[in-house]
Amino acid sequence: MLKRSWKRVLADGTATGLIWGAALLTVGVLLFIVAYILFQGLPHIDWPFITDVYRPGLGQEGILPMIISTLYLIGVALLIAVPVGVLAAIYLAEYAKEGPVLQVIRFATESLAGIPSIIYGLFGYAFFVTAIKLRMSILAGSLTVALMIIPIIVRTTEEALRAVPRSYREGSLALGASQLTTIRRVVLPTAIGGILTSVILSVGRIVGETAAVIYTMGSAVAIPRGIASSGRSLSVHLYFLAKEGTSVEQSHAAAAVLLILVALINMLANVTARKYRVRGGSAR
Amino acid sequence: MMQRIEPIITTKDLHLYYGSNHALKGVSLAIPRQSVTALIGPSGCGKSTFLKTLNRMNDLVPAVRIEGKVLFDGQNIYEDYDVVELRKRIGMVFQKPNPFPMSIYENIAYGPRVHGIKRRQELDEIVERSLRAAALWDEVKHRLKKSALGLSGGQQQRLCIARVLAVEPEVMLMDEPTSALDPISTAKIEELIVKLKERYTIVIVTHNMQQAGRIADKTAFFLHGEVVEYEETAQMFRAPRDKRTEAYITGRFG
Repeated sequence: MLKRSWKRVLADGTATGLIWGAALLTVGVLLFIVAYILFQGLPHIDWPFITDVYRPGLGQEGILPMIISTLYLIGVALLIAVPVGVLAAIYLAEYAKEGPVLQVIRFATESLAGIPSIIYGLFGYAFFVTAIKLRMSILAGSLTVALMIIPIIVRTTEEALRAVPRSYREGSLALGASQLTTIRRVVLPTAIGGILTSVILSVGRIVGETAAVIYTMGSAVAIPRGIASSGRSLSVHLYFLAKEGTSVEQSHAAAAVLLILVALINMLANVTARKYRVRGGSAR
Repeated sequence: MMQRIEPIITTKDLHLYYGSNHALKGVSLAIPRQSVTALIGPSGCGKSTFLKTLNRMNDLVPAVRIEGKVLFDGQNIYEDYDVVELRKRIGMVFQKPNPFPMSIYENIAYGPRVHGIKRRQELDEIVERSLRAAALWDEVKHRLKKSALGLSGGQQQRLCIARVLAVEPEVMLMDEPTSALDPISTAKIEELIVKLKERYTIVIVTHNMQQAGRIADKTAFFLHGEVVEYEETAQMFRAPRDKRTEAYITGRFG
């Protein structure tokens, strides 16, 4: 009896240790990367670095154009992908009947999510850039990354919609609300957290993307004049800085800016989500 | 009290199939106005299914087939009847309290808003009136903007009743509304139901025969998708006509 309980203590201890270890490792690696980038990058960030244009020959090595191009890319891609993705998810979760059609759609979105980004880049180049003559432009780049993130938005949003209790829908319908009203006023507000999560995940995917973006948006270093201009995203800039060995300091600094940008966007999304909940008056 | 004599809802030879499962087998009931009608019977006897045919909530279930008639004020609700209008006039309270994840105020204002009421003042009045009618006003008047999910189970269920009252229905369907609640909350809801029948017609499914005995004017005993007996409650409990009814109300099965 005594022996067995001693064994159990050991087993329990080992399991707990492993679980804690895994958790610490995950958080630790993340913290290490963030700390490393910030530590290496922050000292090289100064005002001109953020507000100057990029003309290395003239001693101007700022990343303002890349920040603007990145924001353009995120904005236009979300503008295209969020409505399409959310509406598709609403169809899948609320209207589609279980059956072969639904399975095909689900299989397609899952496959799309798994395609390497270079394939999207090639497709974007062949179709958006060449075939429909958008040339290397922010629009072509945004359309390409929009295709990449639609599956993410569809899947995450669909899960969020399915997590809304049936009883909410029944309650609304029983009050005489139509299905559309029920979705708009009860289901979507309840699922808004999950939908914003999908947007955050998408933003992460967009800012991290290089392969698909180089071939569709190009790498022009000037400040873009609109969505028809070519532009260089921060990641692409980082890639060139690192590849061409131009400046290790600058690439670290650019990486730090990228990190901070992503953090800011995530915070913005969280604040929006909270505001939405407060207006709806939901819990928390 | 003025009481119109003709029943508000009449079902005629109502059959319902879930796929190949014959869940209701020719139910004919006449539900009187401004009264409480209880539907009792063992689990799976069809009483909840029957309740949901009255506001067409079974429409949501795939592979459901309904035959026969449900007359509401003389009109068949399964023929050319606007479901939105129907559910506005026949409200429903569910087994588990299901407030929306919104504020108390928004929960009550939801129905009137859906039906086109926009003026703030009017909504304020409806919210107060409905909460008072559901005996909840004094408990929540200081926290109307707080989430409804912070209320206790019993309060949530009264909120759901208030939410239905806000659209001013004529009939209120209740599907075991107290089965998830403690005895004190149950007593409050029962008290409320008795009060509400002055203005509304209430049809309540209950597992609890004492509850039927306490609040219902008439009681229908369901068994295997059929109505075995439908009678004044006092009469049924005192002298059931059918042996199966007697066996059930004396607790020999169910």
